[in-house]
Amino acid sequence: MGVLVAFLLFPLAAHAVTPGEMLDDPALEARARAIATELRCLVCQNQSIDDSDASLAKDLRVLVREKLKEGMSDAQVRDFIHARYGDFVLLRPPMKPGTLLLWSAPAIALLAGAAAVWMAARRRSGLAAAPTKALTAEERARLDGLGVARFDDSQSRD
Amino acid sequence: MIVETGHYALVLALALALAQFAIPFIGARLNDAALMRVARPAAITQFLFVALSYGALTYAHVVSDFSLVNVIENSHSLKPFIYKISGVWGNHEGSMLLWVLVLSLCGALIAVFSNAMPDRLRADALAVQGLLGAAFLLFILQTSNPFARVAPAPWEGRDLNPILQDPGLAIHPPLLYLGYVGFSIVFSFAAAALIGGRIDAGWARVIRPWTLFAWIALTLGIAMGSYWAYYTLGWGGFWFWDPVENASLMPWIAGTALVHSAAVMEKREALKVWTIFLAILAFSLSLLGTFLVRSGVLTSVHAFASDPDRGVFILAILVFFIGGALALFALRAGALPVGGLFSPISREGALVLNNLLLSACCATVVVGTLYPLALEAITGEKISVGAPFFNTVLIPIALPLALLMPIGQMLSWKRGDLAAALQRLRVAFVVGVVAAAAFGAWYGTPFLSIVTAGIAIYLVVGALSDLVLRARTSSGRPSLKRLVGLPLSAFGTSFAHAGMGLTLLGLAATGWGVESIVAMKPSSFYEVGPYQIGIESVSPRQGPNYSEVFAVMAVRRDGATLATIEPAKRFYQVRRMSRSEAGIVTIGLGQVYAAIGESHEDGTIDARLYWKPLVTLIWIGALIMAIGGALSLADRRLRIGVARRAAAPALEPAE
Repeated sequence: MGVLVAFLLFPLAAHAVTPGEMLDDPALEARARAIATELRCLVCQNQSIDDSDASLAKDLRVLVREKLKEGMSDAQVRDFIHARYGDFVLLRPPMKPGTLLLWSAPAIALLAGAAAVWMAARRRSGLAAAPTKALTAEERARLDGLGVARFDDSQSRD
Repeated sequence: MIVETGHYALVLALALALAQFAIPFIGARLNDAALMRVARPAAITQFLFVALSYGALTYAHVVSDFSLVNVIENSHSLKPFIYKISGVWGNHEGSMLLWVLVLSLCGALIAVFSNAMPDRLRADALAVQGLLGAAFLLFILQTSNPFARVAPAPWEGRDLNPILQDPGLAIHPPLLYLGYVGFSIVFSFAAAALIGGRIDAGWARVIRPWTLFAWIALTLGIAMGSYWAYYTLGWGGFWFWDPVENASLMPWIAGTALVHSAAVMEKREALKVWTIFLAILAFSLSLLGTFLVRSGVLTSVHAFASDPDRGVFILAILVFFIGGALALFALRAGALPVGGLFSPISREGALVLNNLLLSACCATVVVGTLYPLALEAITGEKISVGAPFFNTVLIPIALPLALLMPIGQMLSWKRGDLAAALQRLRVAFVVGVVAAAAFGAWYGTPFLSIVTAGIAIYLVVGALSDLVLRARTSSGRPSLKRLVGLPLSAFGTSFAHAGMGLTLLGLAATGWGVESIVAMKPSSFYEVGPYQIGIESVSPRQGPNYSEVFAVMAVRRDGATLATIEPAKRFYQVRRMSRSEAGIVTIGLGQVYAAIGESHEDGTIDARLYWKPLVTLIWIGALIMAIGGALSLADRRLRIGVARRAAAPALEPAE
């Protein structure tokens, strides 16, 4: 979907992070980058502030770096931004009642799928068992009376 | 006049589509062969009329007929010729017309290549295809007419969005549509089988080539789009988990599951109900994707259309077809007989597990894509579901799936021997572990990259060792003669799996990429991984409909210049928009990637420089996957049209 992906970027032409805004301390800068990739540019679609060239994204990037320089931990910086801009700013949605279904979706899908497979297997083996159930003597006698040939069960499948 | 002919052809195509639906459908109910025979010519003519209409719109774009709103808004007389042609689908109306063109092409393909199947199945499938065509033709005529005129006509057009003026756009959407609209064929056959109530291995034989065909096109389309994003966006990202990308990924995952379950159904008559369900699901997800992209519901800049009428119309089409198919499924599926039996440890069992994991991935992508929309609609809360979420939840499902792929290949049908299968994979295990250690020693962390790379190598070796093992003679030596004699579908499976392994390796290697963001001074060199990059010159240049500033950069290693690259920043005058053009050179399997930004008064220029080791494997792998699909498609036993002959010796050994 590159055509469409491309639209995402259309107001931007220059780059996201510019040399001017980077921190001198490489370790601190690396932490800033890591945090920035998980924060959404609020005026863009589905783009992190690290990738976006929007001026709001730049402001947020600078803010993240300022807070890190003030000595905040990564979590503190994230919480600070989260408190200011709400859930929408987090590209990794927070765990809360409203997102419970979202986060458990893969597990639910796997469990539901596994249950369906198990039930289908049971149904299958149930059906497979049925024809092997021996006929009662009475049934056999009636069949013989009707002239139905006895057939070998093994030919019924494959 | 040509434009009016195109418009009128579209109306006639609608009439033909309705006939293609109603007449054969009634014929099939009355068991009237004459009525059923209408289906094929109707499908072929419908396609010809849509093609005529499409040709007329292309003509209007090529000659820059600015009396058409569509041409004004998306073209310019100075636009290069190739973009005049590809610009036809670079907008909502034209893109929908391409969608319908591919849909009617699918109908025509069924009509041409369906000699070997029951008349009723063909008639019903073409009827469903006709109904789909009618719905979308009506949508275009009602809400998205590409032939709308304006008077007086302006002298000049507004040009195409610069980001779409790229060779990538010329190939990507048609391939993508061929893929996701291609699943309509499988959908129609599923609906037809449910209507007719007969579903057997013969049906699986009919749909398998179509599934492969759509899957190949979609694989290539997605890969193409991702490479295009990679080189146009200026920072080397290739997948963003954007809803619009997910729209193409969802049918791909469902289609991948379908290719596998249809194989089980064809060989062993098992998984019938599930295969039918997947056949419905794959195209339903395509419809969902169309709805997401075309309706504007994402309120993203992506959705070129934000007219609510369109959204409601597509939603109605979506509800009608998905709802209808699922209702039919619910009514009929329970009555389907259970197919062949198999033990849990068998090829079938492995494919069931494969389908389970793929379905979980698919469900996760669907939920992740729709969740923010649903949550906002219900509670008003706004959340974002982005790459960190998808990576976190999908990697734990995808990696085990990759581990299982070669094991499944090694198990035999019906009842397999797990210990023996693992035994046969010991070379792959050892090579995988050694490779992981080597990658770890060479590139270092992240740990996830090391593990993923090890699994990827194991996957490639495992997939290929299946071929080698099957080519062994009784003496235990692989023989070339036996290798050549293996069925093409065996090569297909191995290639597709190995391709997946290579893609996985490319993805793993993104963790080892090196990035350098610098204000580059002329004549100094900057380290990026093992390379040094320096600017030789920065100068302006004039293109046909843009002006650009481009830098000539030298890529060196140990003082020797390996290549020069020319990243540029383009400015498109008409739309007053700019975009960057990356400078890329492929070295081995990796790429050096450079993009430039602002220039400063002190003579420096902002630049992003990257060394991306093994990155090309992401797309090479996808290409090999597609080749694998094509090999399977070419297998004589699966080829369209041989179904009847092949059906006779039904006892041919299942492999």
